Amino acid sequence: MRVELRNIHKYFGKNHANAGINLDIPSGTIQGILGENGAGKSTLMKILSGYFYADSGEIILDGKAITISSPSDAIKHGIGMLHQDPLDFPPMRLLDNFLLGREGGLFPDRKVVARDIQTLAAQFNFSLDPEAYVDTLTVGERQQLEILRLLWLGARVLILDEPTTGISASQKAKLFETLRTLAGQGKTIIFVSHKLEDVEVLCHKVAVLRSGQLIGESPVPFDHKKMVEMMFGKEISLGDRYPLNAGGKVLELKNLAVEDVRLHMEDIHLDLHGGEVIGLAGMEGSGQGPFIRACSGLLRPVNGRVQVNGHDLTGKSHHIFKRHGVSFLPASRMEEGLVPGLTLTEHFVLAEKTQGVFIDHAKGTKLAEERITSFNIRGTPVSTVESLSGGNQQRALLALLQTPLSLILLEHPTRGLDIESTIYIWSKLKERCKQGTSIIFVSSDLEEILQYSDRVMVFFSGKVTPPLDVATLTTEKLGQLIGGSGWNNLNSGKSL
Amino acid sequence: MKKNVWVNIGFQAGALVLALLITTLILAAAGAPPLKAYGSILNGAFGSSNNIVAVLITWAPLLLTTVGVLITFSAGLWNIGVEGQMTLGAIFATWMLRMLQDTNLPPALIIILGILWGMVGGALWASLAGALKTFGGVNEIFGGLGLNFVSTALTIYLVFGPWKRPGVGSMSGTQPFNEALWLPTLGTGLSPWGLGLSILAVILVYLLLRGTYFGLRLKAVGKNMKASYLLGIPTWQYSMFAFLLCGALAGLAGAIQVESVYHRLLPNISNGYGFLGLLVAMLINYQAIWVIPIALFFAALNVGSVQLQIVYKMDSSFAGVLQDLLVLLVLLGQGVRERFLGKA
Repeated sequence: MRVELRNIHKYFGKNHANAGINLDIPSGTIQGILGENGAGKSTLMKILSGYFYADSGEIILDGKAITISSPSDAIKHGIGMLHQDPLDFPPMRLLDNFLLGREGGLFPDRKVVARDIQTLAAQFNFSLDPEAYVDTLTVGERQQLEILRLLWLGARVLILDEPTTGISASQKAKLFETLRTLAGQGKTIIFVSHKLEDVEVLCHKVAVLRSGQLIGESPVPFDHKKMVEMMFGKEISLGDRYPLNAGGKVLELKNLAVEDVRLHMEDIHLDLHGGEVIGLAGMEGSGQGPFIRACSGLLRPVNGRVQVNGHDLTGKSHHIFKRHGVSFLPASRMEEGLVPGLTLTEHFVLAEKTQGVFIDHAKGTKLAEERITSFNIRGTPVSTVESLSGGNQQRALLALLQTPLSLILLEHPTRGLDIESTIYIWSKLKERCKQGTSIIFVSSDLEEILQYSDRVMVFFSGKVTPPLDVATLTTEKLGQLIGGSGWNNLNSGKSL
Repeated sequence: MKKNVWVNIGFQAGALVLALLITTLILAAAGAPPLKAYGSILNGAFGSSNNIVAVLITWAPLLLTTVGVLITFSAGLWNIGVEGQMTLGAIFATWMLRMLQDTNLPPALIIILGILWGMVGGALWASLAGALKTFGGVNEIFGGLGLNFVSTALTIYLVFGPWKRPGVGSMSGTQPFNEALWLPTLGTGLSPWGLGLSILAVILVYLLLRGTYFGLRLKAVGKNMKASYLLGIPTWQYSMFAFLLCGALAGLAGAIQVESVYHRLLPNISNGYGFLGLLVAMLINYQAIWVIPIALFFAALNVGSVQLQIVYKMDSSFAGVLQDLLVLLVLLGQGVRERFLGKA
């Protein structure tokens, strides 16, 4: 289906989120949309998929101007959108999530739908059980579920908003293959990303947005340097590697065994030193979540010991870990990390140590102003956290960390953020490392893992590698380990 | 900012006008001349010093139940069980007074012990709903509703069973206490102590929710329990504490009813004040500062509409119709405003 956007304008208050955007996407095209956070990509896509009305402008499908009044209206027109944060129903089964989006039928035939799901899932090599509950899935699997659901609903235009952030390299390859097949069938794919490599590998042409405007379009392949300039208005490269500055033992795991509903991991050993950074790599849902939660006292290990700064904290609650200087920042910022409805000031006040009974509001505001400046958060002390953009929420989350800390545990610290924010956040984290804080982080971005870790642990369906020195790893080798190959050649030293 | 406030007030006023309009239609349909009916409500509430006193007597327990549910609302809990918590407060206060009224303890001490024990009773009852919620995964709405029924049954059992009047039990309640154990009143039945404690409670809760770490943490727990836990707040303890505080305030209301108004335990001693408190809390959008005037307004409606029964043979539940409409329309107004103008 041919998609044309004509002179789309959208305001949020004074913010001109889309300023006269024109775009023409012939059917069978994979169109990349590049731009940093807040460039207006998501807004434009939400207009196309019925979540927002444009203040003015036209949407033309196959030569016919249409009005899209809601997301379900959009899917009737064949437009389906996969959101960055999956919009699904966690307490329900996968099957029910499928059925909910479909009209008609008082008594849906669950068997047929279950078979449809399995057939579709098999096509993409996704292992999804139709009878499983959505809240047992990881964010990455929930993205897979959404892709399948949209295809099943008959989407002919598929919009994917940062789809590669949640999934592994091999899943990404599989996804790209599928998207190419779909494009070959005449479907139109709109691929929103800030990852140049992904866009270059996958897309036929690319459009760059900046500050609400269409800065330019280009066929693929394109000039990287020029593209980065278009996105940011200047050239940027990832920061220098920071040298390791190892101190005393911060975290010791001995013979640790952890499990969740699907996985059982055992025999994990780790000695983590002050200032050291460990990256946890692996496909989404390969056990990084339970592992990092066991390190923070949120999950009780089934066996083994956890020691923080020499204190045995095995089986203790997260609040005890916190008292020993361990902080955990979860992947789902708005669900687990921040409190919607409370302001930035209120967050900072909550995170600080209590002083007396009454809150000193003036002091709280001052604290908030300081943190907002030093963490470069685009917001005011009275902004509620839900009014911030994703990157700013992540900065706010980091700004909540107390000083000093022994260990910071992070899940996907830069998921969905642009390069500039990523570099900024890591510069803040590395500052901590210089002060002796250790970091363990989960990421599905291999470059991030290789760039910022001192050692890497790779997770693959219930197995964990011993911590591997990052100097011995390459993207390729890491990618193989994540995909489950090359495990036999690992040196068998369990702890370093 | 300033403009927002006026838009807000405009919507609230609009809701009030609409509610009055609908009730006017209902009055007309019921055969009562609307303007005169409103006049008689006004008269019934403020027409004589006796009426004003009656309004104030109604006001005191309503203040307590309202600020009680404000606490649980802040913690994200729908404490429907406040009605039963007030009943248990009445039962516990009666229990203490019955136990001590034949001893030589000074009456003032017995009265105070009764009030404290009533607060304990309310808090205990609330802790049941809280424990069901925290440890049993029972939604507090169901738990509270169930416990309300149990508390009513318990009152009736006591009034007709162990605590029945000499001879035969009756719906008019237990044997009144010795007059020495009545909370001192201003002759007209209004207890300055009861009213004073209630207003004090409003002020304390206002300060608690607005300016303290406790209040902020409570709000955080109510809005996002997982994030609050990661921020280091002992979440379930805070939920439990909200229940206990609300229960204690409701228990205080029950004890005041027993010690200053009825001087005995009656079936239906809570008289709907718990539910009315929930309504007031919703109407004021959980802003503690508005409790005082709005609860007074509701109390006046309750007392004043008794006149309708006397003058027009209408059911006195008319007050409830107006109150409920008001809450519904104000909530509707908020929804409409957010839909078209964004969040305030």
